[in-house]
Amino acid sequence: MTPSQPDGLKSSPVPPVGEDDHVLGDGTVVVEYADLECPYCAKANLLLTDLPVRRVFRHFPIVSKHPRARVLSHALEAAGMQGRFWEMHGSLLADQGHLDDPHLWERCERLGIDVARFDADRRSDAVAERVARDFRSGVRAGVMTTPTLFVDGVAHPGVPEQSLLTRLGG
Amino acid sequence: MIEAGAPAPDFSLPNQDGDTVSLKDLEGQYSVLVFFPAAFSPVCTDQLSVYEEVSPDLCARNVALYGVSVDGAFALKAFQASIGTTIPLLSDFHPKGEMAQAYGVWVPDMGVATRALVMVGPDLQIRWTHQPPSPLEIPGANLIFDALDAVAA
Repeated sequence: MTPSQPDGLKSSPVPPVGEDDHVLGDGTVVVEYADLECPYCAKANLLLTDLPVRRVFRHFPIVSKHPRARVLSHALEAAGMQGRFWEMHGSLLADQGHLDDPHLWERCERLGIDVARFDADRRSDAVAERVARDFRSGVRAGVMTTPTLFVDGVAHPGVPEQSLLTRLGG
Repeated sequence: MIEAGAPAPDFSLPNQDGDTVSLKDLEGQYSVLVFFPAAFSPVCTDQLSVYEEVSPDLCARNVALYGVSVDGAFALKAFQASIGTTIPLLSDFHPKGEMAQAYGVWVPDMGVATRALVMVGPDLQIRWTHQPPSPLEIPGANLIFDALDAVAA
């Protein structure tokens, strides 16, 4: 994170879905700020899978709590650059006990991702900036825990409750 | 709760390492006192973790953060390590809640400080305060930056 970014961290509504957002499915738009090492995010992922929603993923790595969180966000972006974003997303959240580098390379091989390119991409400035931008947009929108879901601009912090899931068609 | 414009009540408390931190140590820069009910509770953990993530931005604005709870200094030391934060934590343990009472954030029924933010100016005047409607609600880090822009304007 660069401290001197001109946008600062003042309040600002959650940014609308943009062209470079990671989007999956169709239906009600659910913007999700998540930390890939967070068990509650893994649970939320299970609950949201198969719902008729348009999921939008944004990175919110809380490194002090989850030391691998930012590394994993960078890895996920790099997988996305090879067209395997949601496959890697599902794979990381499905097995949070195996998140070291060799486990990431193993996943790459399974998903048909070029490991050398993946390793170069995940350490690139562009990827770091992309993840930091998501994080900062979350802070500005008041995100303080993961996961936090936004539906119609309203924040729903924590694992989604049944009432929200029902509303989303679950 | 204490209000903006009032002089910050004096205090002198041990931090997580047992070193004394007093009001006069806050002189010359903006400080935010982060009152929280209890170390290791899930909500407080998230709050301080996210504040930790934005600490480079706070540093750039010359703002110091201090957590304050009624936990003992050794407990706060363990809490600080467990959430990997560098934010100093002040122990309002004995006499219990004296600082929380002076700042008007004491919850007598529960024997803890409620969740609240208090911004103290370089001149040791209260500049801004924030208390969420429920202690389960975490004040966003964005509010601190909003307040900084407002008081510096």
